Amino acid sequence: MGLTNNSVGINAIDSEFIIKKHSPSDKVIAIAGNPNVGKSTVFNGLTGMNQHTGNWTGKTVTNAQGFCKSEKYSYVMVDIPGAYSLMSESPDEKTARNFICFGEPDAVVVVCDATCIERNLNLALQIMEISENVIICVNLLDEAERKNIKIDLNLLSERLGVPVIGIVARKKKSLKSLLYSIDCLIDNSQKNKKIAKADYGDTIESAIEIIEPEVKKIAGEKINSRWLSLKLLDYDKSLIDELNSYLKKDIFSNSDTDDNILKIIDTAKKYLSENNISIENLKDIIASSIVKKAEEICDGVVTSENKSERKNFSISDRSIDRILTSRITGYPVMILMLAVILWITITGANYPSQIISDLLFGFEIPLTHFLETIGAPTLIIEMVVFGIYRVLAWVVSVMLPPMAIFFPLFTLLEDSGYLPRVAYNLDKPFKKCCACGKQALTMCMGFGCNAAGIVGCRIIDSPRERLIAIITNNFVPCNGRFPILIAVISMFFTYDSVSLSTSLISSLLLTSVVVFGIIMTFVVSKVLSKTILKGVPSSFTLELPPYRKPQIGKVIVRSIFDRTLFVLGRAVAVAAPAGLIIWLMANITIGDCSILKHCSEFLDPFAKLIGLDGVILIAFILGFPANEIVIPIIIMAYMSQGTITQTDDLLSIKQLLVDNGWTWVTAVNVMIFSLMHWPCSTTLMTIKKETASLKWTAVSFIVPAICGIVICFIFTSVTRFFI
Amino acid sequence: MEKTLTLNDVNPGQTAIVKEILSKGSMRRRLLDIGLTENTKIECVGRSPLGDPCAFLIRGAVIALRCEDCNDILIYNRTDKVRRV
Repeated sequence: MGLTNNSVGINAIDSEFIIKKHSPSDKVIAIAGNPNVGKSTVFNGLTGMNQHTGNWTGKTVTNAQGFCKSEKYSYVMVDIPGAYSLMSESPDEKTARNFICFGEPDAVVVVCDATCIERNLNLALQIMEISENVIICVNLLDEAERKNIKIDLNLLSERLGVPVIGIVARKKKSLKSLLYSIDCLIDNSQKNKKIAKADYGDTIESAIEIIEPEVKKIAGEKINSRWLSLKLLDYDKSLIDELNSYLKKDIFSNSDTDDNILKIIDTAKKYLSENNISIENLKDIIASSIVKKAEEICDGVVTSENKSERKNFSISDRSIDRILTSRITGYPVMILMLAVILWITITGANYPSQIISDLLFGFEIPLTHFLETIGAPTLIIEMVVFGIYRVLAWVVSVMLPPMAIFFPLFTLLEDSGYLPRVAYNLDKPFKKCCACGKQALTMCMGFGCNAAGIVGCRIIDSPRERLIAIITNNFVPCNGRFPILIAVISMFFTYDSVSLSTSLISSLLLTSVVVFGIIMTFVVSKVLSKTILKGVPSSFTLELPPYRKPQIGKVIVRSIFDRTLFVLGRAVAVAAPAGLIIWLMANITIGDCSILKHCSEFLDPFAKLIGLDGVILIAFILGFPANEIVIPIIIMAYMSQGTITQTDDLLSIKQLLVDNGWTWVTAVNVMIFSLMHWPCSTTLMTIKKETASLKWTAVSFIVPAICGIVICFIFTSVTRFFI
Repeated sequence: MEKTLTLNDVNPGQTAIVKEILSKGSMRRRLLDIGLTENTKIECVGRSPLGDPCAFLIRGAVIALRCEDCNDILIYNRTDKVRRV
C-alpha cells in the first residue's frame, strides 16, 4: 500500500531483530515465500497492520512483526523478505534464511504464487528440509483462475506431506482458513509425517550420513541435522558464521574430541571426490535435484485448461509491455507518466493548501487570546505563537497537500507493477555507468524518503553497486524536499496556477528538475565507479511481475491517511522545536543585532557566490534534521528582519522574498540546492547503519553537497555574465 | 560445426531449451534458484528500449537478464512460437 509510516523516516533504520511476544505462550509464525507473491498482503491481512505492499520484487528487505489472534492461540507473525532460495548471497535473502534457520519459529507459512507454483515449490522444499512445521499457502488463486491454471490442492498436499491452503490474500475472508490450519498444525506437530524431500542421489546421501551423527551432537535437536550436514559439505561461510553466533561457540574449535568435525567433513568430501563429485558439482546437484523434485510434484497437480486462452492472457501483459518498454515509446511514456503525476499533484494541491492554511492561520488569534487569558507572559506568547505554532502551521499547510496527492498516485503505479519496468528500461544506462538497474527501484523509494530508499538498496547484490546506489540516492527529491520545489516553482515561474497552461508549465518544470536529479545520479554513479568505487557491472536478474489492477479505493484512502500521519508526525517532532530555536535566534540579540543576523551575515559572502544568501544557507543548515522546515525558516528569518507582512498565501510570501532580493536566479539556485545538498540526519544515520562505515557516510554527505555547490556556482556565474 | 547457440540468439517470440549453463558463482546459483536448469524451456518475450536486458519467460515467471549473462547460457535450438491467427 505504498510507503508507510513504518517504512520511512527514523523507522527505516532497522534495529537488531528481536521477537516481541505479548505473553510467553505466543507462537511465532514466519511468513516466507518467493519475492512478490503477496507475503506482506497475507501478513497485513492477518495482523491488521499496514506494512508496505507493492507489485515488485524486493520491497520488503527487513523482517517485520505483528500480532494476530485465532480462536485458540495468539501468534507473533513475522513477515520475512522474499527469497528465491535459502542458498543465495544477497543480504535480504540472507535475512530470510537466518530467521527460518535460527529464529526458532513454531511454524513457517510458505506463501506461493499459484501462477508459477513450480518455481515457488523450490523454496518450499528447501524450507521443509529445515522445519517440519510448514504450511503451504497458495495465493493468487484468482489470478491463476483468470489464466486458466487449475491446481489440485489436495493432491499437492498429499505429495508434499504438509497442509496446503488456497487463498486470495487480498480478500480477508480467505485468510480464516489459513489461520485455522495454523491452529491445527500447532496442535499436532508433524514430526512423524512423511514429508517430501529432494533426493540427492546415493553418493551425496551417504556423504551426509557420514557427517550427520557428529552434527547432531553439536547442534542438538534445534536445527535439522540432515540439512545442516549438507550445508557444511557445501561450506557456506556466512551460514557457518551465523550458526556459530547462534550456538554461541565456534563449531570448528571443538578440539577436545578426536572426532573433530572438520576431519569428518574432510572424510565426507574425500568420499564425494572419489565418486567424482566436486564441490562446485555438489552445489549444482543440490539445486537441480530440488528443481527436479518440484517438477515431479507439480506434474499432474497443475493443469492449464484451454491453453490458447492462457496464452491470450499473457499476451495482454506482453502488449502492455510492448508499449511501456519498447524502443520508441519506452522512455517517452516514462517521462509522460512522471509529468502527469506531478501535474495532478501541483494542480490538486492548490485548493487544500489554501484551505488548510486559512484554517491554521485563522487559529493563530484565538490561540493568542487563549494564552493571554491563562495569563502567559507576552514573551512566552510570542515564542509559542510566532515561533512554534507558525512554523508548524507552515509545514503542515505547504507540505501536506502535495504529498497526500503524490503518494496515492505513486502507490497506484507501484501496485500495478510498473516500477520493475522502469528498472528494466533503465538497466542499460545504469550498466553503462557500471551500476545496477535495480538502483532505479531504490530511487523510486527515495521519492518517499531517502532513508527508506537506502534500506531498499539491499536488493542490490553487489556491495560496490549497493554503495553507489546509497551515495546517489539523495539526488532524488524526497517527501521533505518535493514541496520546496513545488512552492518555489509556483511562486516564481507560474503566477496563476489555476489556469491550465501555467499548471502545465509548472509541472513540466518540476519534471525537468526531477529528470535533472536522475541525470546527476547517472553522472555521479559513473564518476564513482571510475574513481573510488572502481569495478565492472555484475550480473543481474530482475523479475517482471504480471500487471495487476490496483485496489484503487483502498490505496487512496490508506495512502492519504498514512501520509497525513507521517507529515504531522514529522511536523510535531521536528518543526516545533526548530520553530522555537529559530525564533530564539531571531530574537536574542548580541551587540546590535540578532544571532540569526550574525550567522546569516557571516555566511552571506559565500552564499552570494553560489547565488543564494546567508539566510537561505542557514535555513538549509538548520534544516539538517528535516528538510521540511527550510522554507518556514527562510520566511521567518526574513520577517524578523523587519518587513512584517501577511503570510498566509503564496503571493504575499513571494513579495516577502522579492523584497529580500530574490530573483528568478535565486529561485533556480534554491531548487538546485534543495535537490543537491547534504542528506538529512535520518538519512545519514541510515547510511551509517547500512554501510557500517564512517567513511562511506562521510562520502554520502560530501558528494551531493559538492555537486550542489559547484552547479549553483556555475549557474550563478553564467547568469551573471549574461545579465 | 554449427555455431554454439546462446540465449542471445533467441529473439522475442522464439523459444529454446537450455543445454548448459556456463555462469559461475552467485549468478549460477541465482539462475538455478529461479528454475533455470538444464533442459528448461525458455521463451524470449521482449527487449528493453535499448535492446539490453531482455525478458524471458521461465517456468511461468518473466525474468530480465543482461546480454553478458545470456552469453553464458547455451541452448539447443530455437523454435518460432506458433502464433494464433
